[in-house]
Amino acid sequence: MSAAVQAKPQSRLLLSGNDAIARGVWEAGVKVAAAYPGTPSTEILESLSLYPDLYAEWSVNEKVALEVAIGGSMSGARSFCAMKHVGLNVASDAFMTVTVAGVVGGLVIAVADDVGMSSSQNEQDSRFWARFAHVPVLEPADSQEAYEMVKYAFDLSEAYNTPVLLRLTTRVCHVKAVVQIGERKPVAISGFVSDAKRWVMTPANAKGRLPEQIAREGKLQTLAEASPLNFIEPGSDRRVGFVASGPAYMHVRESFPDAPVLKLGFTYPVPVALVEKLAEQVDHVVVVEETEPLMEHDLKAAGLSKIHGKDLLPRLGELTPNILIPAIKGFLGDPIPAATTYPAFNPFPRPPTMCAACPHMGVYYSLARMRKKVQIAGDIGCYTLGAGHPWNALDTTISMGASMGIALGMDKARSEETKDKAVVAVIGDSTFLHMGMQGLLDIVYNRGNVTTLILDNRTTGMTGGQNHAGTGKGLHGDDAPRVDFAKLVEALGVPVERIKKIDPYQLPVVFKTIKQEIETPGPSVIITDRPCVLSEFYQKIEPYRVVDEDCTGCGNCINVGCPAITVRKSESKTRPDGKVNELKFTTIDTAMCTGCHMCVESCGPKAIVRAQPVAVAE
Amino acid sequence: MSEVITNILVCGTGGQGVMTAAEILAQTAISKGFDCKKSEVAGMAQRGGVVTSHVRFGKRVWSPVITPGTADILVAFEVAEGSRWADMLRPGGIAMVNTIRLVPPVVSMGLFKYPDDPVAQMRAAGVTVYDFDAGAIARELGDLKLVNTIMLGAIADFLPFPATELQEQIVGRFRERKPTMVEVNQRAFEAGRAAARERAGGNHALAAATA
Repeated sequence: MSAAVQAKPQSRLLLSGNDAIARGVWEAGVKVAAAYPGTPSTEILESLSLYPDLYAEWSVNEKVALEVAIGGSMSGARSFCAMKHVGLNVASDAFMTVTVAGVVGGLVIAVADDVGMSSSQNEQDSRFWARFAHVPVLEPADSQEAYEMVKYAFDLSEAYNTPVLLRLTTRVCHVKAVVQIGERKPVAISGFVSDAKRWVMTPANAKGRLPEQIAREGKLQTLAEASPLNFIEPGSDRRVGFVASGPAYMHVRESFPDAPVLKLGFTYPVPVALVEKLAEQVDHVVVVEETEPLMEHDLKAAGLSKIHGKDLLPRLGELTPNILIPAIKGFLGDPIPAATTYPAFNPFPRPPTMCAACPHMGVYYSLARMRKKVQIAGDIGCYTLGAGHPWNALDTTISMGASMGIALGMDKARSEETKDKAVVAVIGDSTFLHMGMQGLLDIVYNRGNVTTLILDNRTTGMTGGQNHAGTGKGLHGDDAPRVDFAKLVEALGVPVERIKKIDPYQLPVVFKTIKQEIETPGPSVIITDRPCVLSEFYQKIEPYRVVDEDCTGCGNCINVGCPAITVRKSESKTRPDGKVNELKFTTIDTAMCTGCHMCVESCGPKAIVRAQPVAVAE
Repeated sequence: MSEVITNILVCGTGGQGVMTAAEILAQTAISKGFDCKKSEVAGMAQRGGVVTSHVRFGKRVWSPVITPGTADILVAFEVAEGSRWADMLRPGGIAMVNTIRLVPPVVSMGLFKYPDDPVAQMRAAGVTVYDFDAGAIARELGDLKLVNTIMLGAIADFLPFPATELQEQIVGRFRERKPTMVEVNQRAFEAGRAAARERAGGNHALAAATA
């Protein structure tokens, strides 16, 4: 965990962008902070949770997180929330109106775009939202800037009565760099003051505030022109001058050390006059921004000439030196250096897998056995990996909580070929509580014929194991009220006899229960109840091994998908009828095996037996 | 301090300790007064996928990522991962490779083939490779977790600061948390250094980066 929590003011530390932001938020005197986990933003709130004298929470989703922060701001407390890019889509309803109402305590929203898509379902540019909501955008390029800008953002928010969007990308969040920290400046909470005209956004009240919002944008434009976050760095090679923001600025400085650069930290409203000033000094201006041409379009709309951007650079992914150098040198007619000396060998892929003993495997093993008979709408979490080998048992993934709505739509849109297929939705516990409940309610209300599998592993797995309303633990690991999923879905209207709670390690039970529920018309819910193997609730038992002499090479255990099971020996065997069987004799890595026994249940010849436990190095 | 930037790419698979090794390198660089950036590319990698960490240090570091073809040192915790990232090396850069073969499920299932000899592949392409079985050394020393220290020891003589600085950074961590592990980590570090020296025979002089 972040060293910044204990460090003395003025310390020089190696901090990730996320840890630096947490430190800046704390120093800014923030009293209320909320988030829902999401790569690459998760560690901001995890880090913040370690600081004293502030309230922090995991919220059930990003919209609620923002609303908590809005309530804090209305009450005169500096308030903060963090989310990944797609989280802002969820929070957008509140976002689009709080910008009309304004703030009392500074309100800063950190949104982390997954540029390069290391762990997301899309690559959106969240700066669009700021333009939509007439909200200023700050874009740090590294940890030190992230730390400084978040403090600047709170002052800006209060001075201009506006929420502020702190736009991050993966290369800010997950890059560690040197940061010099300062100390906390306490800010007292002024307390909520009832003011219906201000906070009750009925048409009459909101309409009255709209002109102020537009006027604010004009004032922010003036401020951006003079902001210390925006400055021109001179250069001797004036053929191209760059306008750059975020980590793309770092890549520009790395690639073109002699070029003039307009470094933008305060990027919306775009400081057009500053760009004009740069343009006077150079032959061409190239806007380098990740990912969409937003500043570029604003500059072109303002009537500036010699502006380039996405005509030279890709509109997707990171603008790293290996992308920038050939693009700009090509444009200038300079020789393009050879990329690499050594070849790329491109060995086999190594896709992410489920962990040994992951309880999700039992469900996907069973779904794979009935694959031809089911359409499987999936969701977002570790269980999205069910789309991969060996299960190939997931048909859709769109957005958080989408599995059930999509399943219902599939159920209502059947063709001659699909009319007899079962429709199944698969969702995890945290995702179900985030955005899933409404989808299930819709299935019940509209009499859908869908079986919903809630894979309750008692954690938010994919983001590293955060607590939520269904784990019985709070942000600090303290005891907290715990949702009862069976009672919850019963309250949503699922008939009690159609709610089944099962152990996902009992493969025959899993198979039988799914089969029975999909064959019975009407909505049903199957809840699995084994904790994630990486969570504090998981208990290891003695591992297993394969008895080589008893293994027939059938390969059934491989289909469980456990990474502790590997192939020891392959053999082709011709059967009497001429067909060729590919035999795979397996072995179990006993150091990895935790004794879940799913593979034992898949093994016909009973070749998998208890091993002597091996010492695992701590 | 010269303007030269040292670029080290650490690679391996989820759970091997790639991030920790990179962190120790970065902390050592900072303690020597260098500017430093360390990029972590994990994504969903904690689920057994590919992990890399870029460590860059020098007087002033701009981009947090190593441009392909400019890495001074490639530290590979797994042999096929070494071949996956070999093109990141600059001409004359070195690959320090742990020869362990970690076979992923997609290979186990027969969908892909694990290359017979990734080290030979790299050498044939002209890459300077120092390959050794860090796992075997760790087992001899009694703890598989020592692979991390062994790999760092192996590159210690290729850095723009004395090997003892890196060793002190590693040992210092254990002195605070697990004093009983200090001595064995010192031995692991020296064993790594020795392994690299032993493998240097066919390669050219030790000179990845100079400050």
